[in-house]
Amino acid sequence: MDFTRVTATGLLAQLNAGATTSVEVVRGYLDRADRLGRLNVFVHLEPEAALAQARVIDGKRRAGERLGPLAGVPVAIKDVLCVEGEPTTCGSRMLKNFRPPYDATVIARLKAAGAILFGKTNMDEFAMGSSTETSAYGPTLNPWDESRIPGGSSGGSAAAVAASLAPLALGSDTGGSIRQPATLCGITGLKPSYGRVSRYGLIAFASSLDQVGPFGHDLADIALLLGVIAGRDPMDSTSVDAPVPDYAATLDAPPDTLRIGLVREYFGEGLDPEIEAAIREAVRVYEAAGATTKEVSLPHAKYGIPAYYIVAPAECSSNLARYDGTIYGHRAEDFSPRSPGEEDLPPMIRMMMASRAEGFGAEVKRRIMLGTFALSAGYADQYYNQALKVRRLIRDDFDAAFKEVDVLLIPTSPTAAFKIGERIEDPLAMYLSDIYTITTNLAGIPGLSVPCGLTRSGLPIGMQLLAPAFAEENLLRTARVFERATDWHTRRPEIV
Amino acid sequence: MTLTIDEVAKVALLARLRLSPEELQRFTGQLNSIVDFVAQLQALDTRDVEPLAHGIEVRNVFRDDVLGPALPREKALANAPQRNDEGFLVPAVLD
Repeated sequence: MDFTRVTATGLLAQLNAGATTSVEVVRGYLDRADRLGRLNVFVHLEPEAALAQARVIDGKRRAGERLGPLAGVPVAIKDVLCVEGEPTTCGSRMLKNFRPPYDATVIARLKAAGAILFGKTNMDEFAMGSSTETSAYGPTLNPWDESRIPGGSSGGSAAAVAASLAPLALGSDTGGSIRQPATLCGITGLKPSYGRVSRYGLIAFASSLDQVGPFGHDLADIALLLGVIAGRDPMDSTSVDAPVPDYAATLDAPPDTLRIGLVREYFGEGLDPEIEAAIREAVRVYEAAGATTKEVSLPHAKYGIPAYYIVAPAECSSNLARYDGTIYGHRAEDFSPRSPGEEDLPPMIRMMMASRAEGFGAEVKRRIMLGTFALSAGYADQYYNQALKVRRLIRDDFDAAFKEVDVLLIPTSPTAAFKIGERIEDPLAMYLSDIYTITTNLAGIPGLSVPCGLTRSGLPIGMQLLAPAFAEENLLRTARVFERATDWHTRRPEIV
Repeated sequence: MTLTIDEVAKVALLARLRLSPEELQRFTGQLNSIVDFVAQLQALDTRDVEPLAHGIEVRNVFRDDVLGPALPREKALANAPQRNDEGFLVPAVLD
């Protein structure tokens, strides 16, 4: 089997036709994972566990039992999702030895759907980063150019699909962490609406922004995986009780209307000209397919990054307070006083401070510090509350735009994949990587990144389509219009 | 505004992070650049704007007040850095 041509939908057809078995498929992917180990995609992959799951599904298929919608299909899992009894590190030394006592809801749903859990993928520590370089386990390499980053924070999951180490993967997106790596790795990735997918068992970074979503090579695969993970969950009170359409079944139905908005503020300064040209070409593809296009304005878009870098660190400083060396996670062995003043602190406090100092990397510490500052007495009103007000202005901008158009078409990333080490010493430069993705998290709306070109040097370019909250079905159908007219989603890196 | 090293050290204590003198120095510089960057939010007039804490505002999600299964003690303790048969062990809190 040529694994570089495999999609989940195609694989299911072969499995159901008896042309292959899940064990054979899993063996093939394990072999590839072995050969491409240098990409550092997986932080944990247990061959025997994957094969055991495949044997069970093959047995059921042979016996003619009723099978779930992903029966026998490997899915790579970002290491931010809890899998009962399996290592779940979140890219951090803090959780090096953590084995969750329960499954995340999306994991339970994958298991019920018959999916093969195929390894835990590398990520920026606690999902904080845009390059996978803040992982305590070293960076993942971009399969298109191994001197470059795959994007982040879900860089391992994006690289897994791009390098055909699994046909599908799950990631999480707090400010662009699915869409940006999908773009930089030349695949498709969706951040669903906030509340579309349960966050139970997703290790929290910024709870009002985090959302789990799918990676795949094409929209049929994205629709398939979204259908499995979407829906209300009593364990997550922010998950929304809205009907889950059969995304895969309706994908090929043309959208009722095709009104595309081009955001004035997102073309111009900072956008790589090659990427702008690819987006303009995508607009022409849509116009040729009968779309009407219209320029719209998101006047507060430029405040997205500053608002995000108050809201997300504030929530992170609160969420990560739980890692204090008492219940689970790393505890420092030596917490004796080191600097002047520390001898006055109780041993319990010193233990917490030393454990957190040893367990967290620089970016996580920076964000905890920033959030603690933004929430501290005397500053909370000036910073945190002001950011929440700006957040409403950002959402109001989208509401106004969606009165005029069905979707917005914008870039996903201002540049193609950058070099390893290029931005890691400059936090602000790294934060600006997410300029086109971050406002959707603040507004709670879905964002889909689709491949739409290659740079002259052969690096993937992606475009982003945004839709109103819970309009995923129309978003996918709209993207499908482009996918049918182009072949960018079929391109694969040469190394594989 | 400019955060001093002492102010950053106070934030580190609030955040329960022990920072080395070099880290303190580096974070003070980096936090100041980030705080300067986010200060552009102050330029917006938001007097009549309600804060928005969640993009999708869901209110009053209730469930029936019935007892469900709880995590068994052994599972809850399984990841403890230090424990005995029935609880988590920590350094003495009281003298």
